[in-house]
Amino acid sequence: MSIAIEVDRLNFSFGRGVLTQSVLKNVTISIHQGEIVLITGPSGSGKTTFLTIIGGLRQAFYGSVIVLDQQLINSNEQTKIKVRQQIGYIFQQHNLLKSLTALQNVSMTLEMHNAMTERQRLDRATEMLEAVGLGNRLDYKPEQLSSGQRQRVSIARALVGQPKIVLADEPTASLDKQSGYEAVSILKRLAKESQTTILLVTHDYRILDIADRVVELEDGIIKNS
Amino acid sequence: MNWIAWFYFPARLAWRQLVFDRTKLIAATSGVLFACVLVFMQLGFKDSLYASAASAPVKLSGDLFLMHKQSEALWRPVKFKRSELMRALGNPAVTDVYPLYLGLAPFKNIETQVKRTLMVYGFDPDSQIFNVEGIKNKRIELQLKDTVLFDEYSRPEFGPIRQLLDAGRNKTEINDYKITLIGTFRLGVSFAADGNVATSDLNFMRIFPNRNHSDIDLGVIKLRPGVSVTQTQFELRNQLNEFINIFTYEELLQHEMDYWANMAPIGFIFGFGTIMGLVVGLVIVYQILFTDIANLRNEFATLKAMGYEHGYFIRVVFASAFFLAVFGFIPGYALSIGLYQLAESQIFMPMPMTFSKVVTVFMFILSMCALAGFLAIRKLRVANPADMF
Repeated sequence: MSIAIEVDRLNFSFGRGVLTQSVLKNVTISIHQGEIVLITGPSGSGKTTFLTIIGGLRQAFYGSVIVLDQQLINSNEQTKIKVRQQIGYIFQQHNLLKSLTALQNVSMTLEMHNAMTERQRLDRATEMLEAVGLGNRLDYKPEQLSSGQRQRVSIARALVGQPKIVLADEPTASLDKQSGYEAVSILKRLAKESQTTILLVTHDYRILDIADRVVELEDGIIKNS
Repeated sequence: MNWIAWFYFPARLAWRQLVFDRTKLIAATSGVLFACVLVFMQLGFKDSLYASAASAPVKLSGDLFLMHKQSEALWRPVKFKRSELMRALGNPAVTDVYPLYLGLAPFKNIETQVKRTLMVYGFDPDSQIFNVEGIKNKRIELQLKDTVLFDEYSRPEFGPIRQLLDAGRNKTEINDYKITLIGTFRLGVSFAADGNVATSDLNFMRIFPNRNHSDIDLGVIKLRPGVSVTQTQFELRNQLNEFINIFTYEELLQHEMDYWANMAPIGFIFGFGTIMGLVVGLVIVYQILFTDIANLRNEFATLKAMGYEHGYFIRVVFASAFFLAVFGFIPGYALSIGLYQLAESQIFMPMPMTFSKVVTVFMFILSMCALAGFLAIRKLRVANPADMF
């Protein structure tokens, strides 16, 4: 089984000089293709920072972070954009574009890939929305949807480009138990179908059972579990 | 990546975001519309001013024109000696010379008796120096004592002369001197004079008792057919006194235009008004785009996290600026057409909506919006996904 994410002695800190605050200390972890990994830990443990480095959103300088064969430590903008395009990102809030319908929001992921025609894009986005159970909400704007439905649209948006990796930052934080569990179950089902790697940050213990592996992060250090 | 997608997708996103918030769209469009109308009106007045300033010289028919070097413009001439004009006859290329006398004088409205100043043109009726139908037709009648032709395009404050003439009421006073109106012609008013009358040189001296034949305002020279105008102009420059300007027809028009553009503050005023209109529009569009980026920074950061490049967002901003330019321009153009017609009917000056003016204003508005977009894209830096999540 190939390795999707390989992190070796990653160190990261905010600020400089006497104000330097170390966030990640010697983090080392390997994640296989198709694996579902949950990162838990208290607030301020560096979970989200870790996720943004993996996702190519934040620049780290020390250690080694290889995502889909790209070294992200001291990488240039082009490398990060290339990695971002192969990753589906699910945010804490749904972060949908409020001027676009559910269908248009999901299509935004596909507009970066020009190989498709508009028809194919819309068909693909429709299929994806049907897969998350929103086939009857295609033309709804985000404000017309419930928070659980919005998060499902954002799952569809993350998965529609058939990414190798999905990064999810507390996807259930703004959802009640029922819709939160529904959302991650859909995520798991679809990911398993397409052998997608999932790295999910959460401190929602209700969803731990979907993971293949749970990693605990505390004060920037991975605790052996 | 093909170029249609390169521009089409960001433009479509910009479009969807613009039409989503109608209130904001209307506000932004009104800003552009306002700037558009302001610029149209300023340019319209300016062009109209230039066109009307030269309305008299445009109708002059001659090859070369003599003017005192101290004359700023035709409407406020410095007199020079008629003998100077006569000396031009010494050049073998010159066939005829004609003096033109100009004077501003109060004209008494036949109905209301109110006096208002207009321009009086005095010249030999046989000279044909005005290429105006109404004047040419009446050259015999103009030779009679105290006969005057009235410019139909004069402002209405002088009275409905045409109807009065038809009704047989043709007696009034210019400069407190009784004259008879014998017809009308069409010349056009300028910022210098609200109306015009044309009369013979002899009648001119009667209306202006202080003037005499030997002090003239403009000399019109006609040349033998086929001779070089510039060559003769050069020769005359050596033959005539140095304080005389010798203009060709085009140079005379240019001299008049330059006066209004530079000497008179009017050209500056309208230029300034145009710039102010654009600055106001620029600030409004900039504010809209800037606030937009600030409000949408979360969405932009999300798209960045999904892998969209920085250039995509720059194109979104410029596409928004472009749409605002078009949205504002179309109603602005329609409104300006109406205002031009209103202005024409109110100030009796030509305000043509020429194609080149439409293109010019659109280019102004487009550049204005592009500049606003250019200033606003600096704000895109706040959309940094690492800081957002």
